[in-house]
Amino acid sequence: MIRSDVLKTLIPLISDQLLVTNIGLPSQEMHLLDDQPSNFYMLGTMGLASSIGLGLALAQDKKVIALDGDGSVLMNFGTLPTIANNVASNFILLIIDNGSYGSTGDQPTYSGMKTSLSDVARACGCDHVVECQAEDAFDTVKAALDGDQMTIIVCKCESGNIKVPVIDMDPVVIKDRFMKVVQS
Amino acid sequence: MSVNDVIMEALVENKVDFVTTVPCKQLAGVIEKIDEEPDIYHIPANREDEGMGLCAGAHLGGKRPAIIMQNTAIGVTINALATLIQFYRMPLPMLISYRGEVGEPVACQVEMAVHTKALLNQLSIPTYHFHKPEDANELTDILSYCYMSKKPVAVLMDATFWKGA
Repeated sequence: MIRSDVLKTLIPLISDQLLVTNIGLPSQEMHLLDDQPSNFYMLGTMGLASSIGLGLALAQDKKVIALDGDGSVLMNFGTLPTIANNVASNFILLIIDNGSYGSTGDQPTYSGMKTSLSDVARACGCDHVVECQAEDAFDTVKAALDGDQMTIIVCKCESGNIKVPVIDMDPVVIKDRFMKVVQS
Repeated sequence: MSVNDVIMEALVENKVDFVTTVPCKQLAGVIEKIDEEPDIYHIPANREDEGMGLCAGAHLGGKRPAIIMQNTAIGVTINALATLIQFYRMPLPMLISYRGEVGEPVACQVEMAVHTKALLNQLSIPTYHFHKPEDANELTDILSYCYMSKKPVAVLMDATFWKGA
């Protein structure tokens, strides 16, 4: 299974949840597969999906899923201690870990080599870290949504991409409709 | 009144309730006060672009965020400012310890100081320079202006200003 297969299986679960989606293909795939006002598409700023997600989770009570990638978390490792030490029980960091920079041509990342993101997250002090295979993504995310505990999920999957168009929505429109869902 | 107290009063008056910080020697006093203020959620960041991500999320969640950092951070936050804060029209007051000005003991700090205003200008970020302690009285209006305009706004506070701490 590649990332888009994982996302397809998750849509029934996450369609009406607040999602902060990482730059590039994660945003573009969610936009293509299930565009929702509850999706905050990042159009730039690689690395900050988990930070935006945590800030949002701390700011209000609705559940928040940051849909992140391994390359993005590697770029902003400082996020993991901040998450560990500012626990938001409504926050799920879902790292789709395909061991590659998918949006730029599938160059390998270190998480596909010797570095385990789940070990790093635990070492940073995150209390509830779950590593799963792509086939178990649905059950793992469901358990996290049903629970009341901040959860870091590292979902391992194969590298590979589907063809998707770029998002031509205006960023202010993305933000405005997202904030209306947050406030509803 | 110490400039730290004036800054705190301006933050509270503007209902700033989410502040991320990366420390600087000159900011120690104000960071301590923010940590003690019950109406402000204080979240230390490891790097300032991470802090801007936290502030962006807090804004989406209805909070009034601010970031407190050193001017060297301009060097690591340009992408976050342009592609997140400015692109999505988010308000972000940046209270900046302006190192490398007159009174600076560390030569290396001057190297970023000489670029600080030029970079902020290049980014079209409204920028205010606090030099005298009484300049702190402007902060309340600057914060209102920032949230009204939904833009990042920079307040550079130099060593002479911090003599009022």
